[in-house]
Amino acid sequence: MTSLGSKSFGFEFDPPLILASGILDQTAESMERLIRGGMGGVVTKSIGMKARGGHSNPTVVELDTGLLNAMGLPNPGIDSYIEELVALKSKAKNTPLIGSIFASDPHDFAFLAEKMVLNGADIVELNLSCPHAEGYGASIASEPDLMAEVIEEVKSTIDEPILAKLPPSSLIAEKAKVAEKSGADGIVCINTVKAMAINFETRTPILGNKVGGYSGPGIKPIGLRCVFEVYSATEIPIIGCGGITTGRDALEYLSAGASAVQVGTAIRSRGKEAPQKIADEMKELMERERISDLSEVIGKAHECAVK
Amino acid sequence: MSSVDIVEIEKIQEETPTIRSLFFEWGKKFKAGQFVMIWIPGVDEVPMAISKEDFDFITVKKRGDATETLHEMEPGQKIGVRGPYGNGYDIKREKILIVTGGCGGASLMEAVHFAEDKDIEVVTCLGAKTEEELLFRDRFSDMTELRVATDDGSAGHHGFVTDLAKKVICEEDIDLVLTCGPEIMMKKVFEICVARDIQIQASLERYMKCGIGICDSCTIDGKQVCLDGPVFTGDELKEMDEFGKFERTKEGRLVEL
Repeated sequence: MTSLGSKSFGFEFDPPLILASGILDQTAESMERLIRGGMGGVVTKSIGMKARGGHSNPTVVELDTGLLNAMGLPNPGIDSYIEELVALKSKAKNTPLIGSIFASDPHDFAFLAEKMVLNGADIVELNLSCPHAEGYGASIASEPDLMAEVIEEVKSTIDEPILAKLPPSSLIAEKAKVAEKSGADGIVCINTVKAMAINFETRTPILGNKVGGYSGPGIKPIGLRCVFEVYSATEIPIIGCGGITTGRDALEYLSAGASAVQVGTAIRSRGKEAPQKIADEMKELMERERISDLSEVIGKAHECAVK
Repeated sequence: MSSVDIVEIEKIQEETPTIRSLFFEWGKKFKAGQFVMIWIPGVDEVPMAISKEDFDFITVKKRGDATETLHEMEPGQKIGVRGPYGNGYDIKREKILIVTGGCGGASLMEAVHFAEDKDIEVVTCLGAKTEEELLFRDRFSDMTELRVATDDGSAGHHGFVTDLAKKVICEEDIDLVLTCGPEIMMKKVFEICVARDIQIQASLERYMKCGIGICDSCTIDGKQVCLDGPVFTGDELKEMDEFGKFERTKEGRLVEL
């Protein structure tokens, strides 16, 4: 029997496909619908201290190779979002729930992390990587000392596993090492790649925020490289993210060293049943290679033996 | 994949003191009830129902920054169009009743064109606060059997358009009701239809960002208005706790309508 189960941080992700933060995760019902569509875990929308409307439209540009978005961390604020979390937890008891949070300082991160786990999150993901919200996200990861302080403060506040979601960077392995040393239990890489779109006829940047984040198939090679480098540099589990659209993409990420992967933009291209389709493709490819367990896949691209 | 197309405004028609139509050559195919995202470069992007006559056109009520700007624009200026998005109406019936008010006619004009093409009989109940705010009165009366209601009695029935709708449903053999307009009106129409077991399709509106079913902004009871809708059937509406009661803010908070 081919198994798609993958255990990390004491939780079983089966299949090892997790809804990426920012995609259909503002409401409990939408997340529940994606769990029914085959997700083995979900990450919530990134939630902050206060309600935030995000950037003005256009917030999305469709490209041949993926999507650009500059949502700007819209969210109802932690106190309001808790209702969604509680509602989801009561309906999806067996699926690991990962609460994504963003803030500008260690104290707020710790406050949000505690609220998340008190209200149903099994794991907390620190958004250290959103490329289009000044003072938040990637602004934190760009300062290693601040990032370390954030992780240490959250670690000393909650017992649940902490994931550091990092931006793509040529220095990602160094950042991952800092995160690991500060107490992160896992690394999520990567977030979207900072990018923009310009319309020629009007000579105008299309996104309301002018710059945004690039996701989808076009960034897969970048994500793979980041996972590969972080796997070599750290000992903690990695969750891969960036352009995973097919079962083959997921298995490539696992080969690079990811224990599980996050799926987001593929919901646009393949619909809400995307996780089930990806899982079926993973099984088919594994059977063809006579592999029955993901332990035979994870990190194997580092061994580079002739097959 | 649907990238943004830049079009030039060809002409403008003032429909009411607060509603105008902007005509342009877009050329993409769309279904009655589908919508497009209209980009006003440097200002905003908003969902709009789309229709077609000699040109493609959108019909816009003034009610915010983006729509204010669309009300100031002139022929020759450029806007962006992406889409079409959403499901649209499913029209296979012999006799249709349209119930509309406010700016809802914008979503229904293409359904009227479709029905005219297919020789489907249409009765329209059109409501507004005052006579001058009745949208598409001439178009509806040319192509359908029109009944009018105004809140102040300046034209037609003095009262709610839903009173007219109820009368039509009771007295005539209606196979399908299409409705778009203020949600309180649609909810009432829905209740009338459910009580008499008549098929209904309602086009809903929620605060929208991506338009392509990923951001979760326009979600109503787990369904994305931009992707699963904007048109929902009576059976789908029956499953919705938020219909006619709640909507979500730009921040994603659930608030009363």
